[in-house]
Amino acid sequence: MQAVPHSTIHGAMNLATPRSGNPHGERPQAADAAQLTARTAEVSAALARVLPANAILTGREQTQPYECDGLTAFRVLPMIVVLPENEAQLAATLRTCHSLRVPVVARGAGTGLSGGALPHRAGVTVSLAKFNKILKVDPLSCTAVVQCGVRNLAISEAAAPFGLYYAPDPSSQIACTIGGNVAENSGGVHCLKYGLTLHNVLRVRGLTAAGEPVEFGSEALDVPGLDLLAIVIGSEGMLAVTIDVTVKLVPRPELARCMLASFATVEAAGEAVANVIAQGIVPAGLELMDRRMTEVAENFVHAGYDLTAAAILLCESDGAPEEVEEEIAAMRRVLTESGATRIEVSRDEAQRLKFWSGRKNAFPASGGISPDYMCMDSTIPRRSLARMLLAIEGMEIKYGLRCVNVFHAGDGNLHPLILFDASDPDQFRRCELFGAEILEESLRLGGTVTGEHGVGVEKLNSMCVQFSPAERDRFLAVKRAFDAEELLNPGKVIPTLQRCAEYGKMHVHRGMLPFPEIPRF
Amino acid sequence: MSAPPAAVAQLVERMRAARAHRAPLQIVGGGTKTFYGETPHGEPLSLRDLAGITSYEPSELVVTVRAGTPLAELESALAAKGQCLPFEPPHFAAGGTVGGMVAAGLAGPSRAAVGPLRDYVLGLTLLDGRGELMTFGGQVMKNVAGYDVTRLIAGSWGVLGIICEVSLKVLASPADTATLEFQWDEQRALQEIARWRAQPLPLQASAWYDGRLRIRLGGSRAAVREARARLGGIAVDQEAALAFWASVRDHRHEFFALAAGELAQGTALWRLSVPPTTQPFSVSGRQFIEWGGAQRWWRTTVPAAELRAAALGAGGHATLVRAAEKSAGAFAPVGGELMRIHRALKTAFDPERILNPGRLYADL
Repeated sequence: MQAVPHSTIHGAMNLATPRSGNPHGERPQAADAAQLTARTAEVSAALARVLPANAILTGREQTQPYECDGLTAFRVLPMIVVLPENEAQLAATLRTCHSLRVPVVARGAGTGLSGGALPHRAGVTVSLAKFNKILKVDPLSCTAVVQCGVRNLAISEAAAPFGLYYAPDPSSQIACTIGGNVAENSGGVHCLKYGLTLHNVLRVRGLTAAGEPVEFGSEALDVPGLDLLAIVIGSEGMLAVTIDVTVKLVPRPELARCMLASFATVEAAGEAVANVIAQGIVPAGLELMDRRMTEVAENFVHAGYDLTAAAILLCESDGAPEEVEEEIAAMRRVLTESGATRIEVSRDEAQRLKFWSGRKNAFPASGGISPDYMCMDSTIPRRSLARMLLAIEGMEIKYGLRCVNVFHAGDGNLHPLILFDASDPDQFRRCELFGAEILEESLRLGGTVTGEHGVGVEKLNSMCVQFSPAERDRFLAVKRAFDAEELLNPGKVIPTLQRCAEYGKMHVHRGMLPFPEIPRF
Repeated sequence: MSAPPAAVAQLVERMRAARAHRAPLQIVGGGTKTFYGETPHGEPLSLRDLAGITSYEPSELVVTVRAGTPLAELESALAAKGQCLPFEPPHFAAGGTVGGMVAAGLAGPSRAAVGPLRDYVLGLTLLDGRGELMTFGGQVMKNVAGYDVTRLIAGSWGVLGIICEVSLKVLASPADTATLEFQWDEQRALQEIARWRAQPLPLQASAWYDGRLRIRLGGSRAAVREARARLGGIAVDQEAALAFWASVRDHRHEFFALAAGELAQGTALWRLSVPPTTQPFSVSGRQFIEWGGAQRWWRTTVPAAELRAAALGAGGHATLVRAAEKSAGAFAPVGGELMRIHRALKTAFDPERILNPGRLYADL
């Protein structure tokens, strides 16, 4: 995806920390630039007292590589980038920033898709790239202790000699880091059976915004008091900075086989998904691709997909060989009864990987047929899959843009990819409206505006629709309980009242006008 | 979630009045866990009228239930569709409610295999101490919109808000189960379990007591059959096995029975939650081990400080579950910065400390 000029991110922002969490206030430009220069000098001098010189990057040339994450439509140059090498340097960085009230954005591999690691213009981006060591793999407790900058896949590679692996497998797993996974509560194609990051992390050790050491969770199965680990996971780097993580490892199943099933209509495929689950089967993966996505993926990797089908399902079974045979037979029965027109089961591991290669390359393949695409992410109840696809077809006409669809169908998590050309500002505008309508339709169907990519900056407006002012106020209160000065990743996840007001139309919240006693505008 | 019934409107009224008068409330469901944790204080606020399953779609694996619904009623509705709450919530007595189950956050024998209760809580409607009715999470499996307040509320003992309604993820009951018994001492039992843990076995629960390890396998017929062949041991009759695991879950097993006389003489029931590979403790008393070594119950007269230190030294913590008096604190204390966060969260949701004050910690 290309850079796209975007009005909400190029507005100059206040240099002082925004108590309201809104980084996008307006300022006269020249005065602002001078102020920023002075602030950069002040903060980098303070950091130079606690960090080696080569750990501090300033100036466009050095900081530009950090200007965005995987959501490249949003770009902001950070004031300063630091690369601490150890815990003491990280703590010193946080304490320095805290005392000067400088916003801090922690960053892993920068693969996030919602702008969660988007820099703050007057803030310090802390790259945790050097925290890349696997500290321990323990086959007896089936756990590993890894530093936050360790790549997701590297954990499974380190655990492989013991027949173990780390289950959550986001598509970006060769690049994304465990620290980022903790921030986003990342999922993946196998989370239907094996759970999200939340279900696979035992302990997070880190620092608060003030540089205080904290430990959430433990290597025991629970902790006394409130379950702070559960709220830190998925908090998008706003509550604490992760240093290292204790993850759960699971035994690698002896065998995995994948089944491809074709359907003549999308409705039949959606129905089949519900039927599989209703039978009590929990497949290791259950993915749906519509015809256009199938074509795009097939042209890209030649996985052997059925191009005549309106939709295909990928159903995976794993476990002991006998168990897999039993489950494959059960799935075949349900899918056939649900009207599958063709079923193919992987013969061996090579073919299984081939079946998955198309699905796993859905995003890059889409990049090949369109100058740009916007990847959406929402969850709806499974029963509404077909209805959602029909609604998206209507939106394609309404906005004059094409959309291809891949779903983590087993858990109702959608990833429609809206195709557009970023060099045409009007297409980008229509694409954003298209995306927002998908999210609002997801809410109408009883779902949520983000299943696994997070809110970041991308979905701030949608948060106004999904949550009432009181609910958003509690999010802010949770933020302040951990980070009273609102210095960690400010401006993400929680939209301000003002922003929600500007978002426009008064949304009717869950069938009633919420909290009429609260003054709104 | 469903439109608020009249009972919710009454609760909101009650909460706002209590807040105005600074009058603490103790939230009451079935009253089956009053013994657990610190002693409840305040005017009782019963949620029994807020009852009923509001939606249940087996093919979505989601059920939405009002807090006052009896847990037994929910479990039989699920069983009728071949589904269950996989974490096996304990019934310490008849009449426990779904709201109480979520507020206490406790899980039974399968915990180590299937995860804690909070993993199965998808969303809830909360009436907090500010008198606001709010919904967090939802009815879908994957949801990262905003902080996961739902899972913070699970296991919070009512100190942040009143759970009015909750959506839970349910699963199909395993097609087959088998319970196997091994005559092993503690050391050997812990060693074998550690070895099994790293293998793809459908190991669902374990219980070691008095020189005897029992494990329960659960999963597809093929998986259970294969595992039985591989592990050996003596098969326990299905009916006896069912009764055994339920007695462990609900503390009806003879190990958990503490007579008034024993309590008076200072015997207490402790729960040590430790990393599963923790070496056997040398504590005087009797021990019952669950969760593959991660949950170790002790009946002992050993002083609280000594047990807490042992648990802490192993990387865990100790809860004083049943005792004649709990001046040592029911729950292990939480450290400095974390306690500051606890207090700040309490202030965020319940600034006047109206809801279950002191139920978790004296100053929350």
